Amino acid sequence: MPSYKPLIFGALFLSISASLPMAASCMSAPDTITLNANGKLFKPFAFNHAKHIQDIKECSDCHHHTTGTLVQNPKCVKCHANSSPTAVVSCKGCHSSNPFSPEALAEKRAEKQRFHLDKMGLKGAMHQNCIGCHTKQAAGPTGCQDCHERSQAGDAFYNSDKAPAHLSHKEH
Amino acid sequence: MKRRNFLKACIIGGATISLGKTNKGWAAGSFEGYPEAMGVLVDTTRCIGCRSCEAACNKEQKLPEPETNFQDKRVFEEERRPDAKAYTVVNEFEKKEPGGPVYRKVQCNHCNEPACLTSCFVNAYTKTKEGAVIYNSKVCVGCRNCMIACPFNIPGYSYDSVTNPVVKKCILCYDTRLKVGKPPACVDICPQEALTFGHRADLIKLAHERIRENPDRYYDHVYGEKELGGTSWLYLSRTSFDKIGFDTTLGNEPIISNVKEFLGMVPMVLSIWPALFSGIHLLSKGKQDDHGEHTETKQEDH
Repeated sequence: MPSYKPLIFGALFLSISASLPMAASCMSAPDTITLNANGKLFKPFAFNHAKHIQDIKECSDCHHHTTGTLVQNPKCVKCHANSSPTAVVSCKGCHSSNPFSPEALAEKRAEKQRFHLDKMGLKGAMHQNCIGCHTKQAAGPTGCQDCHERSQAGDAFYNSDKAPAHLSHKEH
Repeated sequence: MKRRNFLKACIIGGATISLGKTNKGWAAGSFEGYPEAMGVLVDTTRCIGCRSCEAACNKEQKLPEPETNFQDKRVFEEERRPDAKAYTVVNEFEKKEPGGPVYRKVQCNHCNEPACLTSCFVNAYTKTKEGAVIYNSKVCVGCRNCMIACPFNIPGYSYDSVTNPVVKKCILCYDTRLKVGKPPACVDICPQEALTFGHRADLIKLAHERIRENPDRYYDHVYGEKELGGTSWLYLSRTSFDKIGFDTTLGNEPIISNVKEFLGMVPMVLSIWPALFSGIHLLSKGKQDDHGEHTETKQEDH
């Protein structure tokens, strides 16, 4: 069956070249990422990226259409069926850390054709992604201090020196 | 006053009153809110009940220290309402439901046509073009009419102040943030972006878009879009709103519509009644001289 050979080779070549960008991006993916680097109320912490790659395996579960397998969600496929991996895959590459600034709001108003008008800010996107998945999988931390330890400023902010309700109720 | 003039005045007055009554569009003309008004969309399906908004509000508005700390979840055991020491509170609902618990933040909704403003006789309240309902505590006399008028039971009262008790409520961080284009402190702190800040008109579109995109996630209604003439704070929910502490019986008419027609008549009554009654008085004095015209006048009066 000599006629099949080019086909097999072609398919092999295609599959390798298709997986190359993903392999390349996964290889360059950092093992740990410092999150909340500028946090005031909660301290910065190291996010174990390597462990998440190992557990989840599918990059696009968190990174949407920017890396990993192309999206399957029928709603996203309409536009992103053939989206090639993007140069920037970090959360902050797309999700603004200041989503409600006057400039950001004016930009949204000006760009009437933009589809993703409801794009979340960085803080919202990360918390929803992390807590959302951890709750769904019933695995991983969901409490505030399970991920990031509160700073001294945070203690004051949340009045953590004050007794919880049940104790103060007893006093009354 | 001549009898003829009095009758003329009666006819003109009567015509004005009846015109005012029939022209309902003018009497109850609705104000749809300032076009550039800002607002906040609360997505209750995103809220995790962390109470960070309560803490942020406390610090931003320099409110007194809370009785218990802000991570304490035991406060959810009872349904709370905002007061002079806490302009916003989060309540828990649907605790045992499959999708629950659901958390709902409560604060002033910043109505387009605020009942508090309508009820205030010293004009302490102002609806700013940015959408905030603010108040001048210097002119507040502490009558608490606004507390009775507010359909959402929002304004609190500093009962513990002996010398100068005043009404206190959320002002959308107008002085410190909204005025300069910044979102309120609660929006800034929210980790889940359960609170979205933006132009009210844009947020309404956004809210309906979320419902359309995720029909399983949302109950098909945006609370505050039309309620009582519309509010600057808007809400999305997974279940019907009455299940998570919203009053769904308020209707879409602003509170002021209940009194607008009546209040519109007050100046007319004030200007016509003195003329009317002095006319009657003069006539009753005059009838001693002219008995023949008495019955005719009586008919006209009716």
